[in-house]
Amino acid sequence: MADLFSSRTLRRALPWVVIVLLALLLPAVLPPFRLNLLGRFLSLGIVALGVDLIWGFTGMLSLGQGIFFSLGGYALGMYLSLNSLEPGQLPEFFSLYGVQSLPAFWRPFGSPLFTLFALWVIPALVAGVLGYLVFRNRIKGVYFSILTQAALLVFFNFFNGQQKLINGTNGLKTDTARIFGELVGSDGMQRNLFLLTVVLAVGAFLLCRWLTSGRFGDALIAIRDDEPRMRFTGYNPTAYKTLVFAVAGALAGVSGALYTVQSGIVSPQFMAVPFSIEMVIWVAVGGRGTLIGAVLGAVLINYAKSLVSEALPETWLFIQGGLFLLVVTALPDGLVGWWRSGGPGRIQAMVGWPPVAATYPELDLDPAVQAEKAELEGGAR
Amino acid sequence: MTALLDTLFNGLAIGSVLMLAALGLAVVFGLMGVINMAHGELMMLGAYTTFVVQNLFKTGPLQGLFPAYILLAIPAAFLVSGLAGLLLEKTVIRRLYGRPLETLLATWGVSLILQQFVRSVSTAFALGLVAAVVLALLAPRFTPQAWWQQRWTPLLSFGRWLAAAAVGIALASGLGNVRALDQPWFSARNIDVTAPQWLRGSIDLAGVNMPTGRLFIIALTALALVAVNWFLQKSAWGIRIRAVTQNRPMSSCLGIPTETVDALTFLVGSGLAGVAGVAVTLLGSVGPNLGGNYIVDCFMVVVLGGVGKLLGTVVAALGIGILSYVIGSGSLLLVWPAMPVGLNELVTFFATTSMAKVLVFALIVVFLQFRPAGLFPQKGRMVEA
Repeated sequence: MADLFSSRTLRRALPWVVIVLLALLLPAVLPPFRLNLLGRFLSLGIVALGVDLIWGFTGMLSLGQGIFFSLGGYALGMYLSLNSLEPGQLPEFFSLYGVQSLPAFWRPFGSPLFTLFALWVIPALVAGVLGYLVFRNRIKGVYFSILTQAALLVFFNFFNGQQKLINGTNGLKTDTARIFGELVGSDGMQRNLFLLTVVLAVGAFLLCRWLTSGRFGDALIAIRDDEPRMRFTGYNPTAYKTLVFAVAGALAGVSGALYTVQSGIVSPQFMAVPFSIEMVIWVAVGGRGTLIGAVLGAVLINYAKSLVSEALPETWLFIQGGLFLLVVTALPDGLVGWWRSGGPGRIQAMVGWPPVAATYPELDLDPAVQAEKAELEGGAR
Repeated sequence: MTALLDTLFNGLAIGSVLMLAALGLAVVFGLMGVINMAHGELMMLGAYTTFVVQNLFKTGPLQGLFPAYILLAIPAAFLVSGLAGLLLEKTVIRRLYGRPLETLLATWGVSLILQQFVRSVSTAFALGLVAAVVLALLAPRFTPQAWWQQRWTPLLSFGRWLAAAAVGIALASGLGNVRALDQPWFSARNIDVTAPQWLRGSIDLAGVNMPTGRLFIIALTALALVAVNWFLQKSAWGIRIRAVTQNRPMSSCLGIPTETVDALTFLVGSGLAGVAGVAVTLLGSVGPNLGGNYIVDCFMVVVLGGVGKLLGTVVAALGIGILSYVIGSGSLLLVWPAMPVGLNELVTFFATTSMAKVLVFALIVVFLQFRPAGLFPQKGRMVEA
């Protein structure tokens, strides 16, 4: 029994307690508008997890995650546009462009079950195919980044230009659609969606942790650090890269779907070039290679963005640009990485109160040594 | 036949702008492996320089020389963009050497700052900025020297930038109360550059109507290409640039100052972006977002052309330009009106500028399946080709 309350168990359980408390408390405390914002940012945290998987762990900088994000959003958006119709009716915008019958690719989205799978399977498949074609040719580094950006532009132009198929620039509105007989935009539904987002974000986090902690995670890091060596050791990086890119695509799809229902619209703007690059910077600020950093970064930056944009809209681009520069030059491991590598201790040391160390400071403060020490202490108990 | 020539001419004009813009990018990328996301914004700076030069010539003593202002705008834009690029290289990119992905993100940040800078710069803003930078740079001079050799110097160093920024913002907002100083120089609206009379006409040649503005762009591109080629092949610094491109460590060992080479290349590459900006002003009104419209296309030129030779950039830019125009204008239908119905529908489907881009980019991705390193790859025996 005493073991249950030992500091180690407590430390393990604490994050979960905090999460549950926040999930229960926040909907009661925050006004609906703020709660909705938080839910949106948290769903962006899921796409950031995917970016962290492929960039932070595998070293592939994708500037095209917006594709998969929007595909998820569109899948759910299409279902919702169909769901609230009388039988035989068409979504309203079709009549504007003189479309008489539902395009064939819309039909399956009438089924909730299909949509539930489509919103993550389709992005994963697209990512898998795209990734396979690129990785097979050993295209990597900045070439990969540019190609993903070009792919993003292809999808953007396609969705933007096809009024007759997908309502072009205007996108699909989901606010006025109904789900389970309730308006998607209503406060009650938004609260449920917030809770769903929390659950899915936690699930995505656990999935990513599981992926990155075992041998698979080691393989990803090996690809990041020295891909040729990994290949010469007898592994096939293409398979790993394709798989992880598809997983990131699926996460982006889920994230996009959640974001869509909480912001009330899905439009080609989700595939705008800046948005996909922003996803990368959330991860960079939070700390790439640390999963919690990705989520924190997404929530913090978007929160800051909404605050600054409300108060001083002209300055946001300056702040964002400055943030890019600052993070890349001064904090390459992001906030969480800085914290974990003993950043606060270094600041303390600068102002004259170095943290007390029993041995040589470098040795005692080394995160690896600390982890080992914690493990030993935990094992002894 | 005329339709074909017409298509070719317009495609050539589009490809020329693309080539001019991509030329600088390709040289820099080949040398340093750096993706400069702010390249489009350097083009924008060139375009705005043209605007400023034009305004100088519109009134006052230089009015009589207005037809020739564009000739002055070209070197001016080269200088402005080139110096901005040099500053970028010295302050940001140099710190990130060997980390191309980080460089990409940092330069993206720079591009955001430049966009917003052009939108909101006013006299008050500029004075505040200058004051902040001068203050921060001079701070070590006017404070006890001992302060800068302490444990806490990094904090102080960071703090002085914060303090300088605060002073700059205070000054800018204080001066902003004066109406005359608060007027934005360009504002967020698009600007229009009036081309001189001789660039607004057109010439009929072999039944093809050629606007002189576009002819000028093609000539400018050809000139820039010849100049860059001469510079890289014949001049001493060009030879050094090529040496560093091929083998950086060995060049360094042989006494080539690689840092200077980097800076110089960046200056030239950025300057070329400025010249491209001049060309863009002849095509229509330009705004702070100008860069975003070109940057991805430029990258595709670099990827498709490969980094080994200038010829790659030329072929890729012209290829993309002509292909986009042919597909986007649907002029295949004009050349071959009796097309089968299925094909006809397909051609019409892609006959808009944005859908043409979809097809061209998709074709490039397919092409890279067969030639992953582009048209003219750099030859080598490295694992990391």
